[in-house]
Amino acid sequence: MLLAAEETAAAAGWFLENAWLIPVIPFVAFFIILLLGKRMPRGGSEVGIASMVAALVIAAGAAFQWIDRVDSAHGEEVAPVIKQWTWWQSGGTKFGVGEHIDGLAVMALLLVAFISTLVQIYSTEYVKGDRRYTHFFASITLFSAGMLIMVLAPNMVQLILGWEIMGLTSFLLIGHWWEERANSEAALKAFWTVRVGDVGLLVGTAMLLGIFGTLDIQGINEMAAAGEFASHKVLMWAAVALFIACIGKSGQFPLHTWLPDAMAGPTPVSSLLHSSTMVVAGVFLVARIYPVFHVGLEINAAGQTFNLIAVIGGITVIVAAALAFVQDDIKKVLAYSTVSQLGYMMMGLGVGAWTASVFHIFTHAFFKCCLFLVAGSISYTASHHSFDMKKDMGGIWKKMPISFGAWMVSTAALCGIPFFSGFFSKDEIIDSAKYADYTIFYIVGIVGAFMTTAYMTRATYLTFFGTPRGGAAHFMGVDHHDDHAQDAHGQDAHGHDDHADDHDDHGHDAHDAPEPGKPFPFAPFDSPWKITAPLLILGTLAVGSGYLNAPALGIHWFEHQTESSIGLPIAHEDEGGSEAEIHDEEAVAVQAFAAPRAGEGAEAEGGHAEVDPIYTVPEPPKFKWSSAAPGLLLVLAGFLVSLLLSLAVFGKKKNALSPFVGLTRRSKPVGAIHTFLVNKLYLDYLYEKVIFRAFAHPISKAAYWFNQSVIDGVVDGTGRSAKRTGDWVYRNIDQRVVDGAVNASGMVASESGHALQPVQSGKVNQYGALLFSAAAVGAIVLILLNV
Amino acid sequence: MYAVNFLLLSAALFSIGVFGVIARRNAVMVLMSIELILNSVNLNLIAFALINNDIDGHIFALFVIAIAAAEVGVGLAMVLMIYRNRRSIALDELSEMHG
Amino acid sequence: MNAVLLASDVNVAQNVGFYIIAAIMLFAAFSVVSTRNVVHAALWLVVVLGGVAAQYILAAAEFVAVSQVLVYIGAVMVLFLFGIMLTRASIGDDTDVNNKGWGIGIPVAVVFFGVLAYSVIDAFEDAVIAEPSGAQIASSTQAISDGYLGDYLVPLIALSFVLLAAAVGAIVLARKD
Repeated sequence: MLLAAEETAAAAGWFLENAWLIPVIPFVAFFIILLLGKRMPRGGSEVGIASMVAALVIAAGAAFQWIDRVDSAHGEEVAPVIKQWTWWQSGGTKFGVGEHIDGLAVMALLLVAFISTLVQIYSTEYVKGDRRYTHFFASITLFSAGMLIMVLAPNMVQLILGWEIMGLTSFLLIGHWWEERANSEAALKAFWTVRVGDVGLLVGTAMLLGIFGTLDIQGINEMAAAGEFASHKVLMWAAVALFIACIGKSGQFPLHTWLPDAMAGPTPVSSLLHSSTMVVAGVFLVARIYPVFHVGLEINAAGQTFNLIAVIGGITVIVAAALAFVQDDIKKVLAYSTVSQLGYMMMGLGVGAWTASVFHIFTHAFFKCCLFLVAGSISYTASHHSFDMKKDMGGIWKKMPISFGAWMVSTAALCGIPFFSGFFSKDEIIDSAKYADYTIFYIVGIVGAFMTTAYMTRATYLTFFGTPRGGAAHFMGVDHHDDHAQDAHGQDAHGHDDHADDHDDHGHDAHDAPEPGKPFPFAPFDSPWKITAPLLILGTLAVGSGYLNAPALGIHWFEHQTESSIGLPIAHEDEGGSEAEIHDEEAVAVQAFAAPRAGEGAEAEGGHAEVDPIYTVPEPPKFKWSSAAPGLLLVLAGFLVSLLLSLAVFGKKKNALSPFVGLTRRSKPVGAIHTFLVNKLYLDYLYEKVIFRAFAHPISKAAYWFNQSVIDGVVDGTGRSAKRTGDWVYRNIDQRVVDGAVNASGMVASESGHALQPVQSGKVNQYGALLFSAAAVGAIVLILLNV
Repeated sequence: MYAVNFLLLSAALFSIGVFGVIARRNAVMVLMSIELILNSVNLNLIAFALINNDIDGHIFALFVIAIAAAEVGVGLAMVLMIYRNRRSIALDELSEMHG
Repeated sequence: MNAVLLASDVNVAQNVGFYIIAAIMLFAAFSVVSTRNVVHAALWLVVVLGGVAAQYILAAAEFVAVSQVLVYIGAVMVLFLFGIMLTRASIGDDTDVNNKGWGIGIPVAVVFFGVLAYSVIDAFEDAVIAEPSGAQIASSTQAISDGYLGDYLVPLIALSFVLLAAAVGAIVLARKD
């Protein structure tokens, strides 16, 4: 791929051409906030919000122009807008920075800019009065800049750059109140866990460079899709290495342990980084260079029943959902929920459902962010800065209508209830798994939907319904002095909960906080408007965003906008002639619905006719209510079961599931499972005590020994030997030889002088003797010479 | 007569004079030895004048006699001065100009 | 004049006279340097100087011989004796007339004599000096004066300066202040 300003199509619009400004503006704002923020009237937040709004405007403009571009291409392949400026050269390889704008990038830019703006507005109220207000806004602006740098990266180097900036700011923001040990430990844990994965990122990138000779994403995608690589095995290992990085960043099992601990950070951080934007960076990476993974791991190959990505995704879905059941902290429930949904996205990519996964990123961002912001709103207003559902929440739905409404809408989206946004995206993933013949993941998907609904119902019940407890009781005006006895029944073994579980937003300096803002007039007791306005916006989007790509309603607009980003052609059944592995069932389905689809599929066909591809992704399956039915039934079942259990356990109302109350205490195996879950599968124990202790301890001891004995020994030894050499040289050479020579020459002079001294004795007779003997000798010499 | 006669004689006188310069302790004696040397030289000159039939030898010999006289006068004056200052003219003891 | 003549041209009487005077001279010279008495040494020197004057006569250099007697024996030796007297040389034998290193004088003198003798004999071998003619002898004084006031005038004048300087110097040095 050539560098330098390369325009792939004639006259792309101004916003598309200059989309590189989108990360630059927040990046510059970061420095401004850092340097000048403290002196500004609002502590730097105005600069942050202004920069995000500016980025949002440009992103929106770019989105419009991209849509225009796709529409005007009329079904032909839409080339992305790529611009690169050379950053540095090494050997013959050039590395550049720039932009690579296509549907996926535009979606991500818009998403990040939009959510960042809302979260920053939210933060102005939420972290008001905080001791590090300015630095908070600086970090959060830098995070946005980093993610934006990553999503429009034209090559892997810039992608890694953005990735690392995000890691840094995640560390900074999680440890925002680092005065408490638990918070700084959580920040470090997040950083190090993601770092473990980043090894894979660097190794994988190096392997990509070795395989393809370039790090340009466009080049890599094209070459991988066309099969222009030497060894498939090497490509597979590169894909594995890169996926390890995604496991770390996107919190897949087994490197998910940092995400729940990351909830130690302020709620806006959790809502921005650890739910909607940063954690999807791993999914984004897979989607960005999808041909590498698709070809390398042979996704959708004939007869494949599982592959690495899908397996990890699937395990994550189930494990995280199971863990979400035993959490008392509302943010932890949402954290595990995020992990579970990320598992869905990964699973979707693993079964070839690219569009579905990417769309799920889109919708998930809105409703998850909304859920977190609602949690923050509750803690801000109702539960006195506590996030413990069992101790400080309950029965507040009447007094917090906006928060409650946003929560319910978002929960519905999360559970996949029809006509909310999550339904369209999640269901498509599950459908694709089924139609691409990955049956086991289909089962995982629908079981996951059951569990999702179940734990969210539990969380909703604990948070909003029942009798008010603790902080909520105070808020509702029904103070109880024996709060703790209230939830004795519902209290399971806390055992090994780590400290971060009990965290409040301590660093908030709440006691001398300034006046909170005004709430909306139609919700007088709810949180101030700066908190609830984003909730309203996001709640609306939690409903509405799904309609951009609703197979149930035959809308494929989103897919149309982004399909050029897949990197692989979609195997449309009706064009035929492709060697793509297409399932028979799908062929039948397509033929049955050929008529209504033909009209819409015409635009897509035209572009694929000329190329006979080797690798393709399957097209999204046609939606049928009948195929969605099992999933929906399980959702309903999950809701009912959980509702009844919650009422029985927490609400102490007698119903059909009352016999199950206290099961964990009565039954040993069930109790053991519960303890296992509460201790987060003992993974933390494994990582910290076993692996760390076993490897790092001896390694650090060995390194210390090496340092002290070997390196210091070498240094000391060198010093000592140098000293001894110096001494020896001094004694022998300097004192004896050199000084000796000097002294000797002096002595020679002086001794010769002394020796000659008697010649000048002052005695005349002697002078005479010398004179005459010299004359005699001279005469003899003369005679001898002349003889 | 033989030419070598005078010359050998003068050589012998010269050598004796050299011995005297080296061996004698008294300054006056040394001066006397020097007179011996000078006379031997004079004899040489006259001998050569005779051999070569040239009067220059005589002239030179007269020069030497005159110079020798002057030198003895000055030399003895110095010896007197030294004797006055040091009460001794033993050359062994007059060795302050040593290195 | 031929320098090399037959052995029969040698004047035997002259030779014999020469040898006798030479023997006396050598004995006297040896005594000068070996006697313990300073005054005796001076007197032996007189003998040596007289012998030299005799040799000059034999060598047909009468003017020089007379000058030698007048200057050397008449003036220089008187000076020497005065010097000996004024420096309180002990009357009689003096102990320690020789200095410590007198031994080295012998080889030096011997070597010197050897070198000189060798070169002389090597140069002249059996050469015989030609008898000077009566006219040469008669005109020798005139020749000397011709030489002094002719070719060697400048050295003569210089010599007079030297003598003047010596006289003045001796007076200056020897006066009692």
